[in-house]
Amino acid sequence: MSSLERTEASTSKGLNIDFKALGPFLALVALFVIGTGINEAFLSGGNLANIFTRAAFIGIIAVGATFVITAGGIDLSVGSMAAFISGAMIVVMNTLVATLGAGIETVLLGVLISIVLGIGAGAVNGLVSTKGKIEAFIVTLGTMGIYRSLVTYMADGGTLSLDFEVRGVYRPVYYGDILGIPVPVLVFFAVAVAGYVLLNMTPFGRKCFAIGSNEQVARYSAIHVDRVKTLTYVIQGLCVSIATIIYVPRLGSASSSTGVLWELEAIAAVIIGGTMLKGGYGRIWGTVIGAIMLTTIGNILNLTDAISNYLNGAVQGLIIIVAVFLQRGDWRRKKSK
Amino acid sequence: MTDAAVHAVDPGQQARLRLSGRQICKSFGPAQVLFDVSIDLHAGEVHALLGENGAGKSTLVKILSGYHQPTSGELVLDQAPVTFADSEVGENHGVILIHQELNLAEQLTVEENIFLGREIKRGWFLDKAAMRAETRKLLDQLQCNIDPRTRIRDLPVSDRQMVEIAKALSKNADILILDEPTAVLTGREVDILFDQIKRLRAQGVAILYISHKLDEIKAIADRVTVLRDGRHITTEPVAGLEKDDMARLMVGRDIKQMFPDREAVQASDIALSVRDVSVPGQVRDAGFDLRRGEVLGFAGIVGAGRTALMEAIIGLRERSSGDIARNGAPVSIKNLQDAKKCGIAYLTKDRKGSGLLLNMDMRPNLTLLALEKFGRVIIDRKAEEAALERAIEAFDIRAADPKTKVGDFSGGNQQKLLLAKVMETDPEVVIIDEPTRGIDIGTKSQIYHFIGDLTKRGKSVILLSSEMPEMLGLSDRIVVMAAGRITGILEGNDRNEHEIMRHATGISGKQGVSVHE
Repeated sequence: MSSLERTEASTSKGLNIDFKALGPFLALVALFVIGTGINEAFLSGGNLANIFTRAAFIGIIAVGATFVITAGGIDLSVGSMAAFISGAMIVVMNTLVATLGAGIETVLLGVLISIVLGIGAGAVNGLVSTKGKIEAFIVTLGTMGIYRSLVTYMADGGTLSLDFEVRGVYRPVYYGDILGIPVPVLVFFAVAVAGYVLLNMTPFGRKCFAIGSNEQVARYSAIHVDRVKTLTYVIQGLCVSIATIIYVPRLGSASSSTGVLWELEAIAAVIIGGTMLKGGYGRIWGTVIGAIMLTTIGNILNLTDAISNYLNGAVQGLIIIVAVFLQRGDWRRKKSK
Repeated sequence: MTDAAVHAVDPGQQARLRLSGRQICKSFGPAQVLFDVSIDLHAGEVHALLGENGAGKSTLVKILSGYHQPTSGELVLDQAPVTFADSEVGENHGVILIHQELNLAEQLTVEENIFLGREIKRGWFLDKAAMRAETRKLLDQLQCNIDPRTRIRDLPVSDRQMVEIAKALSKNADILILDEPTAVLTGREVDILFDQIKRLRAQGVAILYISHKLDEIKAIADRVTVLRDGRHITTEPVAGLEKDDMARLMVGRDIKQMFPDREAVQASDIALSVRDVSVPGQVRDAGFDLRRGEVLGFAGIVGAGRTALMEAIIGLRERSSGDIARNGAPVSIKNLQDAKKCGIAYLTKDRKGSGLLLNMDMRPNLTLLALEKFGRVIIDRKAEEAALERAIEAFDIRAADPKTKVGDFSGGNQQKLLLAKVMETDPEVVIIDEPTRGIDIGTKSQIYHFIGDLTKRGKSVILLSSEMPEMLGLSDRIVVMAAGRITGILEGNDRNEHEIMRHATGISGKQGVSVHE
């Protein structure tokens, strides 16, 4: 981290932006060097596939969070939403087995339900906060509790398990691969590319930036602020739904402890990636790298005895704080120019 | 303790040299903004600092007050070299800068702001009564009737300015630097401020006064220093200078014609007609016709409802009634998008708060209002770049590096960019609210000519302005508002300052009575 700090400080005006953009990437490279130094097995294909596959859940959700945060909002409900959608998917698919049998149709309907619920839950967050003029923090804190208790209720306090036969049909979505690349990683990549295009190349993305940096200016620029903000929550919901679709076949179950603290990991990935928490500036590739970094830290701690694996959260927390500190330092320098 | 500044000064002290900047140079990165500038501030003197936007005035005063360090050169306080490591050290030496952008905590009260960080205490607890009494006394000195317990966010900008000045007085400022203090003040408030400045001068305070307004400098300053492009041009007594001289020194050339020539327009050709627009609590039954190719001025005191009326017309503010027609055909405008489609554009007076994205560079700012023109699915970056090049050329926007964040631009360049942004929608009717607030005279004249060019191209302009010369120099007709109503539409010989004031204060006009409701 200190080398990163130095390079940022010593670069001249013209190169500054490049290094700022490269910051999270350099940090990830550093983590990989450390990982390899600790254990040769770190760079093995199996381990890397494992890291990227696990990073996919948080990463996909974090891509959605990048939109919400760039437009100046926040969504705390994503972890609970993921649990709720998982639970609902399982209940629906188990029910359908009786009529449709344990075939591909059942899985497809489950996927459809997931997407509908994700978009719906996102729309609820967005509409309540914009039309109701309530802080997104409060609204999503509320829905976070609601979705969490709904899944607990559906599972009757226990665990919802997917029908065994359906699990067999659904299994390749998590465990399968195409040309050796795990399906979740491919989905993650596709979501990231789509997110990048949407955020950086379309009028919608430009409006997100504008709203996040100054809502008043956006309003005076004929932007339908409420509509755009609501859409960012819908995108977030859709991303949660996609993450859930690849998460359900992994364990084939959902309980009240599914997706706990995912919202914090997703927000952390976004922030580590260089997106401003106060809005107005967002970076999808940074978010992707942020998600991979968080997973990599856990993975490295698993491979070493030097630090207990139980301290995973502490190391992640430290990295988040350092990342934000570096961001802020950079911001100050810019301002004083 | 706060009374220390209020002491009699013997006459010999009047000309005493207090603070000097000597051969000050300042660079930000590779860009040098000040070149060997020297300035002397004397006790009991009002020294004006004059220069166009970007001339280096703000940088110079920030160096004098410790916010910036000079790259080379030195500060001399009472004959001894000093270094102000930061603004706090400067303040401890009695040098206080009142910023153009006010620095008050909006959620705190007036008294809490004035004593922020140096609260009066009794034992371990705050002595609120003492602070309130002290605040009351300071505000009374300024003839200001604000309740010390009011929260800053509930005060109009002009009162906030008074709070800032009271705060500086409470810190025993004996070298007071005011950075464009009248930009947000009304005429009466300016008079009170000037009385205060004169009183402080009589007490031996050294005052550095930055302003674009040559009238003010004539009225208040003893000497004036002119900066241009970061260089010291001259320092001389104000008494020997005419306003034209000062303008020439500042701009470095003659401003031949401040305002564009006006041509007669056809009274029957109505571009925009507005009837019975009301906004609860702000505008009542306002109606007017805007002729094609004319500049229609809207005058009135602060709070007369001019901005509210315009925002109601373009759908930024809800109206309880009102009909709008373009070229004789009724239109329905519910939001700004509708207004845009009807060819109406609005330039906000608050270019920093609602006009421009200060943390971004020019390109996204320029195209934000007309984004669909640059691609509905994917934004065409090349088209954006081309539009930016055109805008820079057409509106003479002077930015060394197009990647500079517009927050770092001078006010004049920001205003030009805002004008360019609005013109990207290719409007037929342009509503311009305070087009030259906080802008130097050279850029002002440029903007006036831009407005003149618009009308020559058949576009119609509504001009809201608190600056009388601008109102009279640009407008073909002048609508005057008072207390939310239109009190008169002045044309021909009635188009003068006297008539405007009579209507604006409700002395005359068809609905003047309503002012006293």
